[in-house]
Amino acid sequence: MSVLAIAEHRRGELRPVSLEQLAAGRALADELGGELHTAVIGGDVEAFGSDLNREGVDIVHTVDIGEEFNHDVYTQAVTQLATELNPTVLLMPNSVNGLDYAPAVANRLGRPLVTDVVDIDAEDGLTATRELYGSKTETTIDVHAEQAAVTIRPAEWPTIEADGDATIEAFDATIDESAVKSTVKGFEEVGGGDIDITDADVLVSVGRGIEEEENLDIIHDLAEALDATVSGSRPLIDNGWLEKDRQVGQSGKVVTPDVYIAIGISGAVQHVAGMKGSDTIVAINTDPNAPIFDIADYGIQDDLFEVVPALIEQFQ
Amino acid sequence: MKILVTVKEVAAVDDEFEIDGLAIDDRYVTADLNEWDEYAVEEAVQIKEAHDDVEVVTVTIGPSETDETIRQALAKGADRAIRVWDDALADAGLLDPETKAEVLAAVAAEEDPDLVLTGVQSADDGFGATGVTLADKLDMEWGAVVNDLDLDLEAGVASVHRELEGGVEELTDIEIPAVLTIQTGINDPRYASLRGIRQAQSKELAEYSLVDVGLDAAEIESPLEQTSLYEPETEGEATVFEGSPEETAAELAELLAEKGVTS
Ligand SMILES: Cc1cc2nc3c(=O)[nH]c(=O)nc-3n(C[C@H](O)[C@H](O)[C@H](O)COP(=O)(O)OP(=O)(O)OC[C@H]3O[C@@H](n4cnc5c(N)ncnc54)[C@H](O)[C@@H]3O)c2cc1C
Repeated sequence: MSVLAIAEHRRGELRPVSLEQLAAGRALADELGGELHTAVIGGDVEAFGSDLNREGVDIVHTVDIGEEFNHDVYTQAVTQLATELNPTVLLMPNSVNGLDYAPAVANRLGRPLVTDVVDIDAEDGLTATRELYGSKTETTIDVHAEQAAVTIRPAEWPTIEADGDATIEAFDATIDESAVKSTVKGFEEVGGGDIDITDADVLVSVGRGIEEEENLDIIHDLAEALDATVSGSRPLIDNGWLEKDRQVGQSGKVVTPDVYIAIGISGAVQHVAGMKGSDTIVAINTDPNAPIFDIADYGIQDDLFEVVPALIEQFQ
Repeated sequence: MKILVTVKEVAAVDDEFEIDGLAIDDRYVTADLNEWDEYAVEEAVQIKEAHDDVEVVTVTIGPSETDETIRQALAKGADRAIRVWDDALADAGLLDPETKAEVLAAVAAEEDPDLVLTGVQSADDGFGATGVTLADKLDMEWGAVVNDLDLDLEAGVASVHRELEGGVEELTDIEIPAVLTIQTGINDPRYASLRGIRQAQSKELAEYSLVDVGLDAAEIESPLEQTSLYEPETEGEATVFEGSPEETAAELAELLAEKGVTS
């Protein structure tokens, strides 16, 4: 009745979700009355291994294979480790890389997969909580299986900080190189303009609610009136209305300004991931149920095309 | 060369809505083509336009009500469509990624595509796992969250960018045949032309049952059961400014001034 959590690292660093999984995993292991295992695959496994030795972890498995993430290697290694340990719950991160190997592992192990889980308990069988319709609703899902694979949403659990007294064990995975059909060639930073939105004290951030590129004028006017910087949600960057490095969110930038004004932005989880650390969050949105209001400090539930011009007027 | 594109109809929920049991009451739901699939269709059509002899086939799991959404993909340039549905699927409850991949794999086995494009995720249930599950079932290579694709058909390699977190992209070469899950922003999806919309009406839209694609209805039993649907309690304690736009704007301006925000 154990839990196995697979850590994630990139370019020499463990990603925070690796330590959040330990919190989720420990709680599950307690409910199941079993051990918590964690594993790190590739990179400097020795350093990562001792870093993963946190309170509540019973065994850390190190798999010394490759440097960076490769999904073919991860799929084989995790499948072998999970076959050997046979955990009741296999936890993986709901990150871009997690979604690049977790489904294949679940398929090979013949386990049901529940992704992007925001809460989970094992008290009476496994029950996972997920969001539906862009965070407007939540749903609970009962997993009718003895064993499952689960990916957890980053930043939903606390990281475990305290040191532990786990055993660290090396695991020898046998990689069939002929089944490795992808090669990671390198990485590229996304560039674009010459503004660093992470430096801004005040961000006027605009979303799909703006509808047309021409309408962006009022946003620029507002930013000018407030001496603020313009940033945006993904659809605007996808449309080419704003430069790539103005994107706030999971795949964009993480920003922590004093004031973040979200205009016509729904508050999808991937957007919120980039701005929830802002000091003061203001949302202007017609939809009173928009998830952005869950994290906003101040809100105006009205049409941006009326509110923004009125606001500009206030400053002239 | 044949490209199979998975196309899903998703539900968009109105600003105000009511929950009816385990679903949102129909009155508050609008059907649309999944945003991520729209980019996948566009990518396939662009590949077709750049190479000779490329056929683009869409595949959908869904009832006949989804035909209109499928026609949108046909109007944008897909050649023909396949839709799988029957009573067993209607009764299966929650269609989890594994169940969906099982059905899609059965179609893919028949169609034998060189490339399969799916959306990264669907906007409503957001599992984000059907594409990679499908790849593994088909014993194909794959790439998740692809936002740039360069196909070298002679070498049999797809050079892709995978969009990681925090403004970093991974550059990866993937052997084809492969399944790629497509991220928004990879291209600029076209609007269907009037001509395209007219042509779509006469394109083939084949309907299959599970038995038609060689599956046993008993195999389609999802291990996941949805047990509740509710509006999450808001943790937020937002101060909501009330009044006319002038009034709310004035209150916000005052707040911003307090916070020291002014030029
Ligand atoms: C792997 C992955 C990574 C992603 N990374 C990012 C990322 O880094 N950043 C990001 O932003 N997204 C990201 N996304 C996309 C994300 O899921 C959402 O699709 C996106 O954030 C939605 O942007 P939006 O809020 O502007 O648009 P929508 O969700 O369409 O919201 C528009 C809002 O505008 C409101 N509105 C409409 N008209 C008006 C009006 N007249 N006045 C006021 N309000 C109005 C609506 O009520 C609605 O709430 C990612 C997705 C995936 C799958």
